[in-house]
Amino acid sequence: MSSRMPSATVNGTPLGFEGVSGATNALDWLRSKGLTGAKEGCAEGECGACAVLVARPSPTDDATTEWTAVNACLVPAASLDGQEVVTVEGLGSPDDLHPVQREMAVRGGSQCGFCTPGFVCSLAAEYYRADRTDAGCDAHALSGNLCRCTGYRPIRDAADALGMPSGDDPLGRRRDAPAPDAVPTRLVGATGSYARAADLADAFALLAEHPEAVLVAGSTDWGVEVNLRGARPPFVIAIDRVAELRMLDDDDDAVVVGAALTLSEVERRLDGRVPLLAELLPQFASRLIRNGATLGGNLATASPIGDAAPVLLALDAEVVLASSGGERTLPISEFFTGYRTTVRRPDELIRAVRIPLPLSPVTAFTKIAKRRFDDISGVAVACALEVEDGSVTRARIGLGGVAATPIRAFATEQSLEGHPWSELTVHAAAEVLRGEGTPIDDLRASAAYRRAMLGSALLRLYADHAQPTTTEGARA
Amino acid sequence: MSSLSQRPADAVVGQAIPHESATLHVTGAALYTDDLVGRTAGVLHAWPVQSPHARATVTALRVEAAYDVGGVVRVLTAADVPGLNDAGVKGDEPLFPDEACYVGQAVCWVLGETLEAARVGAAAVEVDYAPLPAIITVREAIAADAFQGGQPTLARGDVESGLAAATTVFAGEIDIAGQEHFYLETHASIALVDEAGQVFVQSSTQHPSETQSIVAQVLARPSNAVTVQCLRMGGGFGGKEMQPHGLAAVAALGATLTGRPVRIRLNRTQDMTMTGKRHGFHAQWRVGFDADARLVALDATLTSDGGWSLDLSEPVLARALCHIDNAYWIPDVRVNGRIARTNKTSQTAFRGFGGPQGMLVIEDILGRCAPLLGIDPAELRRRNFYVEGQATPYGQRVRHPERLVHAWDDLAARADLGRRREEVAVFNAEHPHAKRGLAITPVKFGISFNFTTFNQAGALVHVYTDGSVLINHGGTEMGQGLHTKMLQVAATRLGLPLERVRLAPTRTDKVPNTSATAASSGADLNGGAVKHACEQITGRLAEVAASGLGIDPSQVTFADGLVAGGGDSLTWEQVVALAYAQRVQLWASGFYRTEGLQWDSTAMQGSPFKYFAYGVAACEVEVDGFTGAYRTLRVDIVHDVGDSLSPLVDIGQIEGGFVQGAGWLTLEDLRWDESDGPTRGRLATQSASTYKLPSLSEMPEVFTVSLLEHAHEDGVVYGSKAVGEPPLMLAFSVREALRQAAAAFGPDGCAVHLATPATPEAVWWAIESARSQPVEASLPHRAEAAGVTIDSGDPSAQDEHEPDQPEPDAPPIAPESEQLADSGSPR
Repeated sequence: MSSRMPSATVNGTPLGFEGVSGATNALDWLRSKGLTGAKEGCAEGECGACAVLVARPSPTDDATTEWTAVNACLVPAASLDGQEVVTVEGLGSPDDLHPVQREMAVRGGSQCGFCTPGFVCSLAAEYYRADRTDAGCDAHALSGNLCRCTGYRPIRDAADALGMPSGDDPLGRRRDAPAPDAVPTRLVGATGSYARAADLADAFALLAEHPEAVLVAGSTDWGVEVNLRGARPPFVIAIDRVAELRMLDDDDDAVVVGAALTLSEVERRLDGRVPLLAELLPQFASRLIRNGATLGGNLATASPIGDAAPVLLALDAEVVLASSGGERTLPISEFFTGYRTTVRRPDELIRAVRIPLPLSPVTAFTKIAKRRFDDISGVAVACALEVEDGSVTRARIGLGGVAATPIRAFATEQSLEGHPWSELTVHAAAEVLRGEGTPIDDLRASAAYRRAMLGSALLRLYADHAQPTTTEGARA
Repeated sequence: MSSLSQRPADAVVGQAIPHESATLHVTGAALYTDDLVGRTAGVLHAWPVQSPHARATVTALRVEAAYDVGGVVRVLTAADVPGLNDAGVKGDEPLFPDEACYVGQAVCWVLGETLEAARVGAAAVEVDYAPLPAIITVREAIAADAFQGGQPTLARGDVESGLAAATTVFAGEIDIAGQEHFYLETHASIALVDEAGQVFVQSSTQHPSETQSIVAQVLARPSNAVTVQCLRMGGGFGGKEMQPHGLAAVAALGATLTGRPVRIRLNRTQDMTMTGKRHGFHAQWRVGFDADARLVALDATLTSDGGWSLDLSEPVLARALCHIDNAYWIPDVRVNGRIARTNKTSQTAFRGFGGPQGMLVIEDILGRCAPLLGIDPAELRRRNFYVEGQATPYGQRVRHPERLVHAWDDLAARADLGRRREEVAVFNAEHPHAKRGLAITPVKFGISFNFTTFNQAGALVHVYTDGSVLINHGGTEMGQGLHTKMLQVAATRLGLPLERVRLAPTRTDKVPNTSATAASSGADLNGGAVKHACEQITGRLAEVAASGLGIDPSQVTFADGLVAGGGDSLTWEQVVALAYAQRVQLWASGFYRTEGLQWDSTAMQGSPFKYFAYGVAACEVEVDGFTGAYRTLRVDIVHDVGDSLSPLVDIGQIEGGFVQGAGWLTLEDLRWDESDGPTRGRLATQSASTYKLPSLSEMPEVFTVSLLEHAHEDGVVYGSKAVGEPPLMLAFSVREALRQAAAAFGPDGCAVHLATPATPEAVWWAIESARSQPVEASLPHRAEAAGVTIDSGDPSAQDEHEPDQPEPDAPPIAPESEQLADSGSPR
């Protein structure tokens, strides 16, 4: 156990964690320190008003640092132990505006100003992104920030006007050195304790010692439980910086993705290697969430509307579970056992997700939601097909939002495999697909619409791959 | 030209400057009410005990267990209230109720040393409830005859004769969705008591004077013992016009009982489940057109969903009735209004204040009927515009109707609508799985509070001996740029550079008896008051300067920091110093009231509005035939803000209002549990993860805004017009474009009904209804497929359209055509 006092460097100044427990989020902690620039707008990582920058290892070069924007409302304060944080106050002051702040101010990017610190931090993260080669901004950089006043036009203009950091920009120069190492934090709080596993063995030891503990990586789901549903676990074990969970291997047999890589890291490091994942990831929540969320976390929470599972089902992926007794690997189609339950034992971790090669060439991911960025699926459909000599030789279809767990559409797969890749086959299969699962009426969609969208997903796939000239414009 | 609207050359008003707090916003330095907590010692935190029932008698309230929780300091209940246990102005909003009237209503509050202690303490409070039958939907309320408040009728002419004489009569109905404000800053108040027992409440409120009045009412103290300050709000949109009062009163009550500062900040879920929203409406209508597709008569009944208490529902309803005409001349009109009492949050003010719901009715009618009349919807709208000399159904002459025509024609040219319509047709012919729609819609919106009394404002302007200027006024800043405009007004009138003028937060002990910052009127009213105060000061300084310069005071001018006349000048500072030495008063209070208003709220007749704000928007969308998902490709707007006080601010209001309106009409989907289960009445969409407002992804790819030229408004401060609300209704263009795109999946001339909000699912059902319409059908036979019935005979036969028609069981946004096909066949 470490004997040092936990602390983080915020805007260059060390700040301690007095009174912090495992359930204290970084936003409340920062605000208690007088840094009230970051705001609570929703406390569930949907609005981004709480965004701050954290120094993280760059996904593209471990020896350098990336200023990564995260939702402070979801991140446990204790997770910042030993880390460097920059808040909106640390970027600039009214008399000495940061370039991002200046663009936002002069273009009318703020009206009420409450969301503005979060936008500024998200924009600053984009401003300092090392692989941003041109001036301007990736629209997805702001996908996790909500503004209710401006209608976004001036914010988009501010983003488009971003130049490149100057050579003497201190935050820019900070990128050239490595990010702080993870610290094996042990924090005992009045209403819950927090420990960061140093490595896989430490994680197993902590699990053995605290079998009731909650395992967290990015805390993007768990933070919501704490903030909105009053969850107060006696013990939290953080595994997001465990090196063994952060590998990415790509060999002849499979692409193996470490369970604790953030989705942003997966997105950038795979760089289109798995097209179905490349299609999914920009639609998965927001950049702010993807900077924390992991594949392991998305599978372990086992939500029937999690977006990763349908894609991994279509990819015929396997889940690698590890415990102190060894590892086991099983098909993801056997992983989910019921509503938010899985085969994972309490002493096990998800170490990695294994995507077997070769990949099926005809793929599509369809997400049905009300909003294009940062919404939760009413229905999600992932298809991966092989078509040879005009016939479907292999079909894998994963569905979300139509049952208590993510499911494979086995009947639909059978209605495709061995049949000609034709309108007749596809229309028949779409009819079968509409009957898969047991969709319900809820606030996101009616059952009737969900069923219809199952069929639409397949019809769309066929239209795109058999009649490529029909439509390009209106992709959701 | 009136002296109020006359603008000097090179005025500070009219300059495009950023928001006065912009540099504070972008650096996180701007303080909001809840940012004060860490800057205040010994603060107690409050947490509500919320009812799980839509309606239930509170039979017992046992608070003892809360005190067993470490850190709990006090539980506030009805017994603690020294004054009136009511948070409203109508006497129907008990602060600590003995009957819970909606799921989420606070029945008592727990104060703790920490928020965590208060939260755990609240969970320990034991409440016994005896559930009572609850009404959740407007349709249930109609069936149960459960209404509240007045039931006004706005009428002109003889609507039955008008309908009888019409060439074509259509009938239909529509359910109009409500909307959550989702200001990014949730409700917050922090209350302190001073050594003399006076109460100081800092509150995120659009209406500090009314917050003050309610706090005083609850505490049984006179208003002079209560001061309310609003630093700034992180958005308001009407949601902080009435709703802050009770929360401020609870904080103030806690502070008086404990002697310590008390802070209330609702978290998002509490805010969404406890506070009111935009009213949903149900509308039922019959409309008549003549052979030239001109409107001849409209008969409608509008029923608003008021929620559990009256709140602002009556003036919201009045504004809805007064805007059902939008921009169109309708000779014979009868509009009945009523307010359903439902067991939901108390629906309240929201940008537009009923206007959007009223206008949606006529825009929906025109959008649905245009194909049935065989006319292009843009032409149908244009043809029915008011012309000079015509009056609204409530008897107000429509001034400057030509401005709407100018805006319409200007927009058509700017946005190249003619060419783009052809391109849309080509695109639609070439793309079986995607269709585009291009719609243009107008806005005419009345400016002033319908209730004449509220059209007054005050200001306080101080000039210090160093020449610096401090202004206070009665309006609050919620992001709309009011303070920016007021600084510009003061700088203009005093002839000073902007940096010589500072503005202090809104406080009831500086300017009393203020009206809510609402009804878009903040700049009109407070600008008049600020200008009036400044004029008193310049009047006195002109006398001082005139004697110094040896000229007549009428020759003295104030510009660029100089006081000049007769070819000579003094600096502002010199004149101020002279005035002080001569014992001339250097500060003034200003007052303004809008002239020329009169309104009979019983007869629903008069001229309640100072003027009308006009605007036109054109929107192009593309809809995906597989899913109903859509993208907004392009939006062009021409909007009338008079002579803009502050163009950057005004354009921000137009864009922001448009996007908020588009959110209401397309995306934002409030869902309440309408089942008979144990969670009946619960708001199902009570967080940001389930209630989706527009994000950057909904931004139009091309978005242009032009301010209407030659738009000087006589009799308003520096020739400007109000801008807060009217642009929200420009978003009808999105809904109508979606309707047209959905219809393009059907046969030519096909009419479709589109539910509100027009989510991808709703659009998909509209597409499905279009696809199911037979190609060979002639127009009248397609009527019922659009949820519209055609009536070419006896209008009274329409009475079988029962208003209490039950909602269909199956999918909540099933195409309305299915339900109407049964009850309304073509006649």
